[in-house]
Amino acid sequence: MLELRHRGVSPGPGGAVAPPPPEGVAAGGDHEAESTSDKETDIDDRYGDLDSRTDSDIPEIPPSSDRTPEILKKALSGLSSRWKNWWIRGILTLTMISLFFLIIYMGSFMLMLLVLGIQVKCFHEIITIGYRVYRSYELPWFRTLSWYFLLCVNYFFYGETVADYFATFVQREEQLQFLIRYHRFISFALYLAGFCMFVLSLVKKHYRLQFYMFAWTHVTLLITVTQSHLVIQNLFEGMIWFLVPISSVICNDITAYLFGFFFGRTPLIKLSPKKTWEGFIGGFFSTVVFGFIAAYVLSKYQYFVCPVEYRSDVNSFVTECEPSELFQLQSYSLPPFLKAVLRRERVSLYPFQIHSIALSTFASLIGPFGGFFASGFKRAFKIKDFANTIPGHGGIMDRFDCQYLMATFVHVYITSFIRGPNPSKVLQQLLVLQPEQQLNIYKTLKMHLIEKGILQPTLKV
Amino acid sequence: MNELRLRAVRDPDAPPVEKESEPEVKADGETASDSENRAEAAPLVTSADDTPEVLNRALSNLSSRWKNWWVRGILTLAMIAFFFIIIYLGPMVLMMIVMCVQIKCFQEIITIGYNVYHSYELPWFRTLSWYFLLCVNYFFYGETVTDYFFTLVQREEPLRILSKYHRFISFTLYLIGFCMFVLSLVKKHYRLQFYMFGWTHVTLLIVVTQSHLVIHNLFEGMIWFIVPISCVICNDIMAYMFGFFFGRTPLIKKIVRMYPFQIHSIALSTFASLIGPFGGFFASGFKRAFKIKDFANTIPGHGGIMDRFDCQYLMATFVNVYIASFIRGPNPSKLIQQFMTLRPEQQLHIFSTLKSHLIDKGMLTDATED
Repeated sequence: MLELRHRGVSPGPGGAVAPPPPEGVAAGGDHEAESTSDKETDIDDRYGDLDSRTDSDIPEIPPSSDRTPEILKKALSGLSSRWKNWWIRGILTLTMISLFFLIIYMGSFMLMLLVLGIQVKCFHEIITIGYRVYRSYELPWFRTLSWYFLLCVNYFFYGETVADYFATFVQREEQLQFLIRYHRFISFALYLAGFCMFVLSLVKKHYRLQFYMFAWTHVTLLITVTQSHLVIQNLFEGMIWFLVPISSVICNDITAYLFGFFFGRTPLIKLSPKKTWEGFIGGFFSTVVFGFIAAYVLSKYQYFVCPVEYRSDVNSFVTECEPSELFQLQSYSLPPFLKAVLRRERVSLYPFQIHSIALSTFASLIGPFGGFFASGFKRAFKIKDFANTIPGHGGIMDRFDCQYLMATFVHVYITSFIRGPNPSKVLQQLLVLQPEQQLNIYKTLKMHLIEKGILQPTLKV
Repeated sequence: MNELRLRAVRDPDAPPVEKESEPEVKADGETASDSENRAEAAPLVTSADDTPEVLNRALSNLSSRWKNWWVRGILTLAMIAFFFIIIYLGPMVLMMIVMCVQIKCFQEIITIGYNVYHSYELPWFRTLSWYFLLCVNYFFYGETVTDYFFTLVQREEPLRILSKYHRFISFTLYLIGFCMFVLSLVKKHYRLQFYMFGWTHVTLLIVVTQSHLVIHNLFEGMIWFIVPISCVICNDIMAYMFGFFFGRTPLIKKIVRMYPFQIHSIALSTFASLIGPFGGFFASGFKRAFKIKDFANTIPGHGGIMDRFDCQYLMATFVNVYIASFIRGPNPSKLIQQFMTLRPEQQLHIFSTLKSHLIDKGMLTDATED
């Protein structure tokens, strides 16, 4: 059973025929419909209790209202609907990119809010799908509990982040001190309250549904919330660690689509029939090159390269620092084959550019699996898009499905290969120790610093 | 449709868990209850009586109600005795036992998922579930070992490398499983496969993470392992007894000398009695939802391992959070290690902040620099 969406697409059986490529399929989105499952009942439906109902039991999503703004509609009224859709999609793409640049300009804090907003919207989209699949609207407490759990997990993560990064800011306020010190306990208590409410809300005839929705909520939290916090931690490491991965994924989306459009011939994976090997490989190379260049451009500016800090003297958040050696030009000698090609002995690069190759490679080769996962999910639950938030593109989740894996990878990459421990966190923990332990550590540190020549023995620092 | 187990006849059973002896025939709100009959076909009816022959013979003349009571009682004592033995054997053995319990619980829950979704023929599913179990365990054990056996790890070269890049290696292993899952998606089975993926992950979240918290607690000191677990067991047994008899205990009013830990143990026991049972209710709801009487039939008279450990999980997490919040400070040697890897300016900054902090506290005066 297909939902037929009207998104300014051609009339007729909207998805029954595989729509032609320009029908707004950026490589990241997967909008072809299941053309073959009109008649046959999925074997899925014969299994399990819920799925043993026929397709007609899945509530039909009413054709959603066309969210294209009037302006656009009028401007494009002359074109055929196929091109109209292409244009809508293109314009929205440009709008989103501009919005992105604008927020970058406004700073890390705004970016953090943006990430939070996106996370909440993605959570909402996935939970709504769950509602519909399980017709859970009438389950007691369910909506409240889902949002409550979202709140708890966010509270836990934001607390850890704030405490880590803004230790100096936090030290000053008494109430915050208490909240930070017992943060884990408070978060756990909040979560437990939700857990107990869930248990108390179990209703005799709805047990299984309620458990399904509980699990659905938790898996969604695991996917969206934890990874969005990894994004924010990456962001705090330096805006470049946020920008380069995200733009690599976007670039891969777009270039894979373009390569697929012009050169596509061999299908890549059954799950997404419109992806092709040519697109995949072309996208890979373009993304690596793009990442390399973007890394070069962004490494020059402190604004992108420095971690966010709170300076008590100016009472604000600043991004100023001495750039680490990752962001200072180094001279590398070229391997022989490149020497011949470029006719140069050495080249000056930022070390970060080498890292950006690793990041772009991941974005092109493994990132798409996040997209395939989302496609599989949409097929499993017979939906065309996660939601209809962005005209021409679908829901927020549709645009961010590849980003999630990327965020986790970048975080793991940073903690494994780049970053040492976080200094404010070390300080935080030091201050929590017993005074005698602090004294011991003080003496050890002093000896170490004097040895290293960082501290002069006679100088009172 | 319920399995009617041979031991279903008993009544005075421990807390709320066992009240559902009446078959729950009504659908759970989904109209497809008839298919549930199909869904719970043969595989779930594991009515084989696992009671050892010895016991069977010894109790053969009693009526089946009392026979069951005795079976249950004897097995309880057996489990408690076993518990004491492994405590005697030490933390390492305990850690292994926790690991085995965790694996068995995981297997029990996954098996239920199989049965509910007829997932036997889903390609790769079993392999992938066990693979994910392996990955998550590798990740957690690596972190635990690195934390607690720091010096040992630093000495051995291969261990050092494994620990330095531990997160990256774990993540890569997980990713491989994730990609295998995506590649294993089969056209007509998408939904089932996603359900099972979700099922596996929630099970991992519940079972594996909390068993590792148990191990963390254990490493704090065996008392942090034994007291909470015994509290929950005791609460189980006592709540049952009190449901049977009514008792009154006089309060003791005099000055007592105590270990400070006893105060903490009051908090632990309170949690075990008031909130711990919610874990049991959760498991009961789960069993009702999927129309099973027990998670499995591993322990005669008791059901599966998961049946015995359902309340323990919440407890383990609570104890871990409790220790982290109220008891343990950060590990000083680890802090020093972390300090050494910072950049010079950061080290200097931290050093001067620490210094002014110590001077404030009066632990240090400018004149006592040695």
